[in-house]
Amino acid sequence: MVHRFENNGYRIALDECSGAVHVLDAETYAVLGLLDGLEGKAAADRLEHLRQMTPAQAVRETEMQAAKEAAQQERQAGKDAMLQAAKDAAEHTTRTLAVIAALPPEEYREILDEIRELADRGMLFKEDTYRQGLIDFQKRKTVVKALCLHIAHDCNLACRYCFAGEGEYHGDRALMSFEVGKKALDFLIENSGNRRNLEVDFFGGEPLMNWEVVKRLVAYGREQEKLHDTNFQFTQTTNGVLLNDEIMEFCNREMANVVLSLDGRKEVNDRMRPTRNGKGSYDLIVPKFQKFASQRRALGKSYYVRGTFTRENLDFASDVLHYADLGFDQLSMEPVVAPPEEPYALQEEDLPRLMEEYDRLAREFVERKKAGKGFTFFHFMLDLEGGPCVYKRLSGCGSGTEYLAVTPWGDLYPCHQFVGNPDFLLGNVEEGIVRPEICNEFKLCNVYAKPSCRDCFARFYCSGGCAANAYNFHGKITDAYEIGCALEKKRVECALMIKAALAEKA
Amino acid sequence: MKHIQTLNENTLQNTVQHGGCGECQTSCQSACKTSCTVGNQTCENEAQKK
Repeated sequence: MVHRFENNGYRIALDECSGAVHVLDAETYAVLGLLDGLEGKAAADRLEHLRQMTPAQAVRETEMQAAKEAAQQERQAGKDAMLQAAKDAAEHTTRTLAVIAALPPEEYREILDEIRELADRGMLFKEDTYRQGLIDFQKRKTVVKALCLHIAHDCNLACRYCFAGEGEYHGDRALMSFEVGKKALDFLIENSGNRRNLEVDFFGGEPLMNWEVVKRLVAYGREQEKLHDTNFQFTQTTNGVLLNDEIMEFCNREMANVVLSLDGRKEVNDRMRPTRNGKGSYDLIVPKFQKFASQRRALGKSYYVRGTFTRENLDFASDVLHYADLGFDQLSMEPVVAPPEEPYALQEEDLPRLMEEYDRLAREFVERKKAGKGFTFFHFMLDLEGGPCVYKRLSGCGSGTEYLAVTPWGDLYPCHQFVGNPDFLLGNVEEGIVRPEICNEFKLCNVYAKPSCRDCFARFYCSGGCAANAYNFHGKITDAYEIGCALEKKRVECALMIKAALAEKA
Repeated sequence: MKHIQTLNENTLQNTVQHGGCGECQTSCQSACKTSCTVGNQTCENEAQKK
């Protein structure tokens, strides 16, 4: 299927199953609309049919078809309750057809020829032929390649939206002992098959509250990688409160990536991320993060300044831009995931506003990039030439199979978001996985297992979304979290618009 | 082409042959931790990159 959309003045067609992205002029955008919803042979037949017609004939035929569909929808929805979406679609069709009607026949034919050429080259109307390959791929024996070590279930901030219950994951405060951490690394090595790169994320709570154990575990990992011909990629998340020169120096040497938590503008950050005694954290952490980021940039090492936006800062683009104004250039900002009754939880009615914010952020992203003051934004990053293979794209995030979370006392969960939920307790680092049936459920949780993902244009970019979000909102991991989906689709469109805008510059 | 500018040549179909080695980074180990984005990840398979 082809996903056509307009964003910030660009008209773009994404051929979902080939991944090809095309920037169109207004006339081609309209003509391609005559083939909406088609793929494979059906698209080829329709294309041939359209080539036998003049623009006026094509418009007439489409109008008649549209009128028939509208009448049918009206019958179904009731005359007075014709859905707004259907009305919008009808208006859109009218506008599109007006563009086509005004086309000289030779230009109309020229456009159809270009469309046909791309279709012949497999870059338009490609059918989804990956399903069987993915089923076979998922039958493979999976290995564990990444652990999220909950090194501290304790925190020195009291962030209002914390999914971890201010660091304690709705359980007791606890720090991981070196012994448990060591067994976790042993478990990873043992269960990683032939994989060479092993990922270990020090997560919390606040990992720096158990810093000595982090250091000892890194040293242990370095010893073990020599013995097992593996390569540990350590990463670290921190709120920055305890960050100091010694820690920065260590992380610059040992950590492949650091994630620095900050929510943006001072008033936004301090409202949601107060210290335990109710004071703001911005002034305490920002200068340290600036120093840390500048060191890592100089060393060519990765970092992310990462925040969460909530209903209380729907103008979150200003917070992302604030990061950039502070001198940070590797940025990430996530929508909060919270029970709908919380005052800061995002609601469906917020979506139009949030969409505008992503558009605004994308526009500013392009402008700053063109002005030589560019930054990266995690959700706008897209590698159109390379990027992950189709299996990776369709098989989900790896939670419960390749990626596991380890609690301070060594329990294993499908990911950090499930920690503390006994229904998802998989086993522990001593005995390994004792409930493989849960892992199997996760293994089979791919886009084809999710009804709302199967035909979604964004399925090759989000991989079916976050299982924990789906579970939290609908009670099953094969569902989808609607607000998250809407935002993800918008981010993909913005990312593609950015590619179009930057290609134009070149 | 006069009306269409195509941004990328390397299509998803091309990854079928060499894909699936599993050496790539786990999605959530990067900067998200609350959503899922894989389209922005890097392929670690040298054969596929070629």
